[in-house]
Amino acid sequence: MKAIEVSHIVKTYNKGKTLAVDDVSFSVEKGEMFGLIGPDGSGKSSIFRILTTLLLPDKGSATVAGHDAVKEYKAIRSIVGYMPGRFSLYQDLSVEENLSFFATLFNTTIEENYSLIKDIYTQLEPFKTRRAGKLSGGMKQKLALCCALIHKPEVLFLDEPTTGVDVMSRKEFWEMLKRLQKEGITVLVSTSYMDEANMCDRIGLIQGGKLLRVNTPSNIIGEYPDRLYALKAGAPYRLLKDLSAYPERADSYSSGAYVHLRFKNPDQGSEGRLLEYLHSKGHEDVELKETEATVEDCFIRLME
Amino acid sequence: MRTLKFLLQKEFLQIFRNKALLPMMFIAPIIQLLILPQAANYTIKNINLSVVDFDHSPYSRRLADKIFSSGYFHSSGYPASAAEAIRLIEKDKADIILTIPLGFEDKLIKEGSQKVGVQVNAINGVKASVGNNYLSSILSDFNNDIRMEWLQPSRISNQPSIEIVSSYWYNPMLTYYIFMVPGILVFLVTLIGGNMTALNIVKEKEVGTIEQINVTPVRKSQFILGKLIPFWILGNVIFTVGLLIAWLVYGIIPLGSIPLLYLFAGVYLFALLGFGLLISTYSETQQQANSMIFLFVMIFNLMGGLFTPIESMPDWAQVITHVIPISYFIEVMRMIVLKGSGIRDILYHIGVVFSMGIILNGWAILNYRKTS
Repeated sequence: MKAIEVSHIVKTYNKGKTLAVDDVSFSVEKGEMFGLIGPDGSGKSSIFRILTTLLLPDKGSATVAGHDAVKEYKAIRSIVGYMPGRFSLYQDLSVEENLSFFATLFNTTIEENYSLIKDIYTQLEPFKTRRAGKLSGGMKQKLALCCALIHKPEVLFLDEPTTGVDVMSRKEFWEMLKRLQKEGITVLVSTSYMDEANMCDRIGLIQGGKLLRVNTPSNIIGEYPDRLYALKAGAPYRLLKDLSAYPERADSYSSGAYVHLRFKNPDQGSEGRLLEYLHSKGHEDVELKETEATVEDCFIRLME
Repeated sequence: MRTLKFLLQKEFLQIFRNKALLPMMFIAPIIQLLILPQAANYTIKNINLSVVDFDHSPYSRRLADKIFSSGYFHSSGYPASAAEAIRLIEKDKADIILTIPLGFEDKLIKEGSQKVGVQVNAINGVKASVGNNYLSSILSDFNNDIRMEWLQPSRISNQPSIEIVSSYWYNPMLTYYIFMVPGILVFLVTLIGGNMTALNIVKEKEVGTIEQINVTPVRKSQFILGKLIPFWILGNVIFTVGLLIAWLVYGIIPLGSIPLLYLFAGVYLFALLGFGLLISTYSETQQQANSMIFLFVMIFNLMGGLFTPIESMPDWAQVITHVIPISYFIEVMRMIVLKGSGIRDILYHIGVVFSMGIILNGWAILNYRKTS
């Protein structure tokens, strides 16, 4: 039995005018960490809301831990943990009160599943009498994760858990998720940060409600068919501008400190011609090297 | 049951922790009950009257004295001409002008009748008509006095006459606050009860906490009950505070049975909370809920029979008042508090408000299901 099974889900809003999820199918194995990777508005949250029984799909079906997301919504609600993209705990209740409130709603206590949240909760403990609304962003997110875990769910749904959190906390957060996975919890996580994709066992690249590709991060990168170049020069912005006017390029965009570039029909002389072109445009200190594709490069290539 | 207990616990924890809610719930009604009944007073005093006396006779002076000694009128001078008097009205210094023509006394004595002119500034309709009535009755009184003086005693006894002696039941002195306080109390319970329920539920939507609750095994019925019960209790508490103020400050002790008052208040709050719940299902933000409540509260306020008697409204408006729950509670309050009515007298009201409660709550729950 798969932990999550989604088949041909379609969801529209505004009486069918806005297509949010367009015939999406994928499945997640038990104990797997699956990432839905895509920009804002690509339909990730709608899929999460359908799987957590908050939204009804227009077409298609989905199961979570073997239960139908529409007919057996009650069974699903007691075995999944959900952390929405927006902080959704009671801001006027303290850390401890929030946690014990959600524990009681699931007919359990903090003590019963303390081992599961121990690592996270020990960091929260100094603030346990503080109101949730007064916590920092990273702490809020830890509390939300604790509340989603307090009933030892079989499947954990995390909708953009790291949005608006600093780099260190993000790294720490993913380490916590890895530990939870070791406890046997299936994790479905969404993110718009491409660099986080590598933390997942498998990822689904989603854009405009369509699932473009599902595979492991390394396979997705391995499937990248073209040679990819990274460029750097003294005047980065002018470089980007001049490259977009270069007739032989298929694609160019900035990526970190570099500009990534693909040629239309690469041959032996491609690199030399490009350097000549840039030289004629007055660029100095041009650095050109071949580079490994990242998930982001794959995504950008697939989007065309 | 266990889940409901925790939901209630959480709700009360939040209510008691809210710095704005509790004071608004208790201090506001107290202040309003102390201020509003004093202000919502229909006895019109201090009507500015200008007397244009062209006669300057003992009788004309006697008439003016009689008018001013009534206590309702305030002299805004004795202008010398009609034009000057009109200017006083234009400047808003005078509400009524009484013109006593030249030869008032002469004609009154010789011909037995005389006309005086009364001009009323009708910018404020209530003040104008009430002032006019007062003035007319003083004038007719003056008329009688004079006739009495002139008529031979023997002729009086022969003259058959009917004297009307009126007595006001349930409120012999026609004291306004006795009439207004119970009504205003109902209004406050309505405002606070309906408002708080709607805003509270919408807040969960706005903040997103309802999302988190919805993925737990908590049933919708439990969630709704967890919201309605605390506010039902709070509504009763506010009602009690109001009754205490009515007793301590205004000395109003309900003539009828107090448990009966609470019975009706309980049924009414049931309907009212359904109304709040219904509004919350139709709004996404607290601002939307607030504007909707504002619209309804205005209608409730002006059409519920608090300030103006329902019987004097046009037919179509009276039909509307039948679907306004507050009108039933105001009527029942006045019946029980002032008249001492028993359960049989208000069975109809209980029935109607209870049915409204069923309809409002049912509608709200259906709509709540549909939208989420």
